[in-house]
Amino acid sequence: MNIDEFIKKLALEFDISDSEQLKPDTSFRSMKEWSSMHGLIIIALADAEFGITITGNDLRQIDTIQNLYDLIQSRKQ
Amino acid sequence: MKAKIKAISYYLPEDQLSNSDLCSLFPNLTEADIFKKTGIRKRHITPEGVVGSDLGYFAAEKFFDEHNYDRSQIDYLIFCTEGLDYKGPVTACVLQERLKLNKNIGAIDVPYGCTGFLYCLSVAKGLIESGQAKNVLAITSDIPSTVIHPDDYDLRMIFGDAGAATLITVEEMNISGLGNFTFGTDGSGAENLIVKRSGTRDPANAAWFKEHEAVGGLPYGRMEMNAVEIFTFALRIVPPMIEEILLKNKIKKEDIDLFIFHQANGFLLSVLRRKLKIEEDKFFNYIEEVGNTVSVTIPIALKEAINQGKAKKGDKILLAAFGIGLSWTGTVITL
Repeated sequence: MNIDEFIKKLALEFDISDSEQLKPDTSFRSMKEWSSMHGLIIIALADAEFGITITGNDLRQIDTIQNLYDLIQSRKQ
Repeated sequence: MKAKIKAISYYLPEDQLSNSDLCSLFPNLTEADIFKKTGIRKRHITPEGVVGSDLGYFAAEKFFDEHNYDRSQIDYLIFCTEGLDYKGPVTACVLQERLKLNKNIGAIDVPYGCTGFLYCLSVAKGLIESGQAKNVLAITSDIPSTVIHPDDYDLRMIFGDAGAATLITVEEMNISGLGNFTFGTDGSGAENLIVKRSGTRDPANAAWFKEHEAVGGLPYGRMEMNAVEIFTFALRIVPPMIEEILLKNKIKKEDIDLFIFHQANGFLLSVLRRKLKIEEDKFFNYIEEVGNTVSVTIPIALKEAINQGKAKKGDKILLAAFGIGLSWTGTVITL
């Protein structure tokens, strides 16, 4: 899955109809929709789609969508 | 001699907190967001001064009425709550008198939370199948609203108050109505879901009451939850627990008629269901109208599943709970 496909999936899970507003350098916490719920959605997505565990500590250390994508890629290997 | 769940009744306080009430209090919230996040539309809230044993008492009286049950048959009382009346005596003793139960009975408290109902069932099974008791009344009752700071909307969205009374009786049959239990405990996560300043360790003091004067002093303590940690704990622990429950009960997943989990949060339950690949019609939830009622979620859901015809006599139902402790436990019951 490349980053564009990943962003589309993330937009779907976040319930954001226009995935164009999400870019690799979009900072999660600066999104107007961002709430504590989105952390849980990210954890659930990584678990269901990639079989990867993302912890609260991981979430605290990432800022952008690219960071999250890279984290998932690194765990997959 | 085998143990079996005979009947359940539950009681909800009249006062309610709806999603629209929450939105009026917290303009940053929307009803749609609350529902998406929790799967809950309303919660029942106990009035001031009405505590866990009161809701338990109402549930038990409702039980005797609804099932026309002769209370003198009860020979063991288990009371499960995180909101005991006193440090001593045991609240089950107080309830024995209030419910006018016989004096020649056993009475214990099980001060547990999310896994409390299944702990009660495991104790009842041990008592009945070892011939120590015949009719065990397990009252589970929780009042989480009393330990939530009014500003903590994330917690107010989730938790509701309720009480339930479940009768477990001895049956002359070959297969136990209560299967084998699996247990899990990990105190390293104790801080991730905890009621601070609620006991002898670091008790609420004058400074605490002063600090929380505007919100009534929070005399029972304050619940704190690290939602991300609890969420990842559940995702990590539940799938292997389900495997273990099936193995311990020598039953295949496809032979389970219904799965009922602790009703922690609607979003978490839907993620767990998908992860475990359980069909929707075999996964029963009842959280929308009552919220997470801690040790009362499973008896409420089980009663509703029976009422709605989703759980029938002879059905194999897998029950699983996880949460505060951290702890997790599960079994397979036969109705």
